[in-house]
Amino acid sequence: MVAITLKRPSVLPGFNLALSYTLLYLSLIVLVPLSATFIKAAGLSWGQFWSAVTTERVVASYQLSFGAALIGATVNAVFGLLVAWVLVRYTFPGKRIVDALVDLPFALPTAVAGIALTAIYAENGWLGKPLAALGIKVAFAPLGVIVALTFIGLPFVVRTVQPVLEDLEREVEEAAACLGASRWQTFTRVIFPYLLPALLTGFALAFARAVGEYGSVIFIAGNLPLKTEITPLLIITKLEQYDFAGATALAVVMLVASFVMLLAINLLQWWAARRSGAGA
Amino acid sequence: MTVAAAADALARPLAAGVRARATGESALATWTLIGIALAFLVVFLVVPLAAVMFEALRKGLGAYVAALVEPDALAAIRLTLLAAAIAVPANLVFGIAAAWAIAKFDFRGKQLLVTLIDLPFSVSPVIAGLVYVLIFGAQGWLGPWLAAHDLKVIFAVPGIVLATIFVTFPFVARELIPLMQAQGRDEEEAALTLGASGWQTFWRVTLPNVKWGLAYGVILCNARAMGEFGAVSVVSGHIRGQTNTVPLHVEILYNEYQFAAAFAVASLLALLALVTLALKSVIEWRTRRERVEAPPERPPS
Repeated sequence: MVAITLKRPSVLPGFNLALSYTLLYLSLIVLVPLSATFIKAAGLSWGQFWSAVTTERVVASYQLSFGAALIGATVNAVFGLLVAWVLVRYTFPGKRIVDALVDLPFALPTAVAGIALTAIYAENGWLGKPLAALGIKVAFAPLGVIVALTFIGLPFVVRTVQPVLEDLEREVEEAAACLGASRWQTFTRVIFPYLLPALLTGFALAFARAVGEYGSVIFIAGNLPLKTEITPLLIITKLEQYDFAGATALAVVMLVASFVMLLAINLLQWWAARRSGAGA
Repeated sequence: MTVAAAADALARPLAAGVRARATGESALATWTLIGIALAFLVVFLVVPLAAVMFEALRKGLGAYVAALVEPDALAAIRLTLLAAAIAVPANLVFGIAAAWAIAKFDFRGKQLLVTLIDLPFSVSPVIAGLVYVLIFGAQGWLGPWLAAHDLKVIFAVPGIVLATIFVTFPFVARELIPLMQAQGRDEEEAALTLGASGWQTFWRVTLPNVKWGLAYGVILCNARAMGEFGAVSVVSGHIRGQTNTVPLHVEILYNEYQFAAAFAVASLLALLALVTLALKSVIEWRTRRERVEAPPERPPS
């Protein structure tokens, strides 16, 4: 059944069994279902598809989903770099707990994050009240979507930058200092370029995750068409109206966007590996 | 004390001081950076956790317990446990098979296979649910056949299990593949040479070598399986007491303005997240210690 042959013969058994099972399971759970989306969308004419994915309401949802994801990922790039730096370079009480807590957005179910953030940023919430006094509306506004997407993307930049920063040898910084560089010059000209591939990878991962996010956003967004409605929610709305073709067309747009980002992330990781492999 | 030793003693603290200044920041800068980082983490991580606990107990302990032992909540807990009990072992077996094939053998298309295994992570959870509706739903490919045989996948438990398997698909595999690649195949080859069978080699050599990585993947897989919302929401149909998982139950209570009950059930999931983080840290700590205590004996190949 498996036509794939080994490049190098091996004495270890079980290759055919393991690979056949892997391919079968991967196909049944992931590949066939995902291709169903494309096949279903292929049933639409180009005109039908194009008009389904470019209505005013849909375009507004792209702007919100992609725009808020971009801002959230940018916030995470800045603060994630700072958190990684603080965790690797400094010691302070409770550091191990802080380090473990960084992964909370991976472990906390998105619905829980959604209702918790809504409670905090609603107009009578702990942070919503003082912000409302300043005239800033977070919950049920685009800013709320950004807050939710920042939350769920938080660990990505920290966890991609942290190991690279740990591997950075002190000697490089000492050499820069000996050559008369100030601390800031050493950071911007030596450390930052070294961290850049990892930082961009973390940024891209946070962005990709945020674009498709659903659970944490729908509670805090308010879900007003044209204003605070994200694309994944629009897919569900169309499904609930039995508009399968419309839902599928939107899903195809999002899947293509995901594949492009996946390609970009792979290229970034390849670049990062080549960078560190070359010995910086 | 000789002159040389005195000079050495004088030079040492001086050198350390210069070194610290050259590659470190002033105390003021250090504490400012720590302060900003901690403030960011407190606002984004600690405050939401505290809010869940605070809102859950707002109406008192009695209301909190009542929200957890109510029949619909118990049914939701049972369904979540069932979905995780199927999805996690299924992805565990897959992860081991995939890692065995990918890490222990060389074949064409390996890199593509690794990328495809990671695919579910880059797909929106809503789309993960949608794909099964397109196949098993009333208007889907297999819809008429399923209806004719009186089988239900969508808006029923099988759909929830499938969606859960999809979103947790890569967890075990992506932990095991790099770990088993790093360990190479020398130990397995030695075991086979000494007369062990394939299964014996796997159970006694490979599996003990990757046990912590395996546990790590299973814990993360389980946390996501029990907490998944978007994908499950699409296929569930939200039938109370029948197709509601714990996260969906939280949503229903919240949308009915039963905030204290919603947060009470949510606090269970928050607790699960904290236990997950604690176990994860313990495993990271143990593997790091094992690596320090027992450095690899094999010469680098």
